Amino acid sequence: MELPTKTFRVTRADLVRYAGASGDFNPIHWSDRVATKVGLPGVIAHGMFTMALVGRAVTEWAGSPDAVVEYGVRFTRPVVVPDDDQGTEIEVTAKVREVTEEGLTRLDVSATCLGEKVLAQARATIRTAR
Amino acid sequence: MPLDPSFVGRTYPPTAPYQVGREKIREFATAIGATDPAYHDPEAARALGHSDVIAPPTFPFVVTMAANRQIIEDPALGVDYSRVVHGDQRFAYTRPVAAGDELVCTNTIEDVNTRGGHGFLTTRTDVNTVAGEPVVAVWSKLVVRGEA
Repeated sequence: MELPTKTFRVTRADLVRYAGASGDFNPIHWSDRVATKVGLPGVIAHGMFTMALVGRAVTEWAGSPDAVVEYGVRFTRPVVVPDDDQGTEIEVTAKVREVTEEGLTRLDVSATCLGEKVLAQARATIRTAR
Repeated sequence: MPLDPSFVGRTYPPTAPYQVGREKIREFATAIGATDPAYHDPEAARALGHSDVIAPPTFPFVVTMAANRQIIEDPALGVDYSRVVHGDQRFAYTRPVAAGDELVCTNTIEDVNTRGGHGFLTTRTDVNTVAGEPVVAVWSKLVVRGEA
């Protein structure tokens, strides 16, 4: 079963807000000067910000904020966020891989930016809604 | 300098307690656009059986990232932080983090290896309350990029 696609817009302002909230002030997430110096095309989103947005999709699919039992991803490609009002977009989809007898649902999740996968082995296990 | 594989299995002393604040959870939830009332309104969280507002699933990383400095800044292990890239991240939850929790992190190095000139470091952080109740286990794989 395929779950409904969720789309998240990401702008520079979102990265600044996430930096403050998470305590991750690595300048590659806010300074083009530093990002390009280390060989990136420009400022990139925190991997953990992408993971948080995908986590939102998972909890929304689960229909409950406390249903996630296990959640893991591999970061494969940076999400480049241009310095304009549009920013970029992350598209999240998932398939139900398994529903266990214990009432757990295992999801295979996919996240893409500009058509390219930004995560691999993204999996979540959720408790089936009560 | 390659990472020292003899560090596999090493467990560090528990960190000082992290006091989870209600406003910190609200700030984090707002930053990721998570609007579920259980992240913002204590009554909504209590209706689900929690003691106070609960945190979104990736919030524990805020706590473990700080705790992991213990490993990253261990001079004997020799991680060059300027070359570190986040590889994998995984959480296994006993329950969501809630405001009012006092969390202690115990870091263990699960795996160290070098492949293709890059170092790979897998850490496991057990996040428990000060009373010793498990809350979440957190795995991070860091890639230390080799010199080009």
